[in-house]
Amino acid sequence: MTVLLEVTSLRTEFATRAGLVRAVDGVSLQVRRGECLGVVGESGSGKSVTFASVMGLVRSPGKVVAGTIFFDGRDLRQLSPEEMRAIRGRDIAMTMQDALTALNPALSVGEQMAEVMVAHDETLPAGRAARRAAIRERSVEMLGLVGIPSPDTRLRQYPHEFSGGMRQRIMIAIALTCRPKLLITDEPTTALDVTIQAQVLELISDIRARLGMAVVLITHDLGVVAEHCDRVMVMYAGQVVEEGPTSAVIGQPRHPYTRGLLASIPRPALRGHRIEPIMGQVPDLVGLPPQCRFHSRCPLARPECLVEVPMLPAGPGRQARCLRLEEPA
Amino acid sequence: MSLGKLLERIIQLIPVLLGVSLIVFVMMALTPGDPVQIMVGEQSITPEQEAELRRNLGLDRPMVERFFIFLAHAVQFDFGNSFYHGRPVADVIAERLPATIELSLVALIVALATAIPLGVVAAIRKNSVLDRMATVGSLLGVSLPGFWFGILLIMLFAVHMQVLPVSGRIGYDNEVAAVTGFLLIDTLLAGDIGAFGDALRHLLLPAITLGLPMTAILMRVTRSSMLEVMRQDYVTFAEAKGLPRRRVLYRHALKNALIPTVSVAAIETGSLLGGNMIVETVFGWPGLGRLVVESIFLRNYPLIQAAVLLYAVTYVLLNFLADILYTVLNPRVKL
Repeated sequence: MTVLLEVTSLRTEFATRAGLVRAVDGVSLQVRRGECLGVVGESGSGKSVTFASVMGLVRSPGKVVAGTIFFDGRDLRQLSPEEMRAIRGRDIAMTMQDALTALNPALSVGEQMAEVMVAHDETLPAGRAARRAAIRERSVEMLGLVGIPSPDTRLRQYPHEFSGGMRQRIMIAIALTCRPKLLITDEPTTALDVTIQAQVLELISDIRARLGMAVVLITHDLGVVAEHCDRVMVMYAGQVVEEGPTSAVIGQPRHPYTRGLLASIPRPALRGHRIEPIMGQVPDLVGLPPQCRFHSRCPLARPECLVEVPMLPAGPGRQARCLRLEEPA
Repeated sequence: MSLGKLLERIIQLIPVLLGVSLIVFVMMALTPGDPVQIMVGEQSITPEQEAELRRNLGLDRPMVERFFIFLAHAVQFDFGNSFYHGRPVADVIAERLPATIELSLVALIVALATAIPLGVVAAIRKNSVLDRMATVGSLLGVSLPGFWFGILLIMLFAVHMQVLPVSGRIGYDNEVAAVTGFLLIDTLLAGDIGAFGDALRHLLLPAITLGLPMTAILMRVTRSSMLEVMRQDYVTFAEAKGLPRRRVLYRHALKNALIPTVSVAAIETGSLLGGNMIVETVFGWPGLGRLVVESIFLRNYPLIQAAVLLYAVTYVLLNFLADILYTVLNPRVKL
């Protein structure tokens, strides 16, 4: 599998009243063609901002200040806004956490599907009627693909006329309209109830296999990652702290933070077993010293840890940002 | 939009009109000045003649009785004769109404055409020089009294630069046959482009003066709702779809941002009615507003009553229109 997306030393900062917030600090990552990368971390760990940076959608006062983002051989940071716009929605697509707020309430579902094709698809026929028919046919096909019943009659409807699960499917259908090479899906199931969650994730996995696209699954749910992702990347306070094949990372976490995350998941199989929360809080990202960021919450912390820690090899295809990898928990 | 809802609105109108009638009636009774004295003026008449006049106008009866007589006639859409004109009030008002409607509509168009683009640009370039200028300008627009601003405009454009007329609806040499009463339409029907331009030039200053406070309010509403809308997820998602910036701004953001603007515009159009009295007086505009002001000076009771009722009905209907527009623009809401 060749590399589709390669991010190196990415840094994204937000100028706030309190000071400069380094929301993404030196993040490097790779997504190979057709693979599914899970990105895990708490709120504020920088996982969403990292991929907003990849898409060029960081809002002011945020700014990507350093690093390279190579996608399909091109550095996205060097592209003009117009070139970047052409890639968004066509080669890299994105879905958002809550489809209710991500779909425009004032526009019909059909229009919101059609506009992506109008913006990107040069293969549409030239004639007005033929064009409209082609768009319609494709929209019906896409809604059918994500399992919306009787799609042809529902194109005229507005988002509020659909259930939460259906809206999520519509958003996915819109994202997939141009058959992107990479789908970034941010918390695709958080706004849904449990039974629908599973269906939506199955849908994404299924389509990934059929279209051969790569998927970045941003979530805070390690269970979802275990089931759907080839590789996983754990983020903490703007940095990647551990990265590797899913089964290895979850089966044998090396970074104390990953271990903490796994220990804080409720497991029905271990009834009576206490959930162990990670003590303390995520550090304030304003003016952080260049030392291990998990130090203040880490059960293994030692004075030697108060230095800048690089990603260190932690097994086959694995890396972790910890000086005490050798020691058992 | 159901028939029941419409009926409900019409029923709501009844107490409003009753209350308005009563208030106007009481206020006129409390205002010093006697219509008969004003009509007679310096002429000398005998007490008998005066009593006769008073009886003809119905002013010899007690207050309460006069009020009920008025109500009894009003429900049959009979508002009596204008003291001053000696003709039915309804006819006098109908003659003056087109001038006022024409002025108000042009003022509304001027207000919408400046407020929406300014509000959008101010929101897109938040904190830019243009945004700050628009914000200061809108503050001035709300605070400047209409009569003062109107006089300033007259001094600058009519007196000093002499590019626009001082007052009236059209020049004497450009008068055309009245068909609709709207000069912009009548001049075109007469095929007289010169007269059309003249009517338009007469409209410009009063329309700007009348529309200024509304422009200011609508600009601020548009700016703040545009800013609000641009923070929404659906705008980010539209950008993530790789849509052209124009489409993101105008189709996705503006369509939603205009919902409050249109509602406020419909309600604010009611406030143009009050502004009309001042602006028509300043610009010598022969419309309903000036007629009402003149009638107040003449204590022309029947005309004041009828005009105020008309204002009240218009105001309620505009509010109703605001509700309808809100549901049309917003597919989530069903009236």
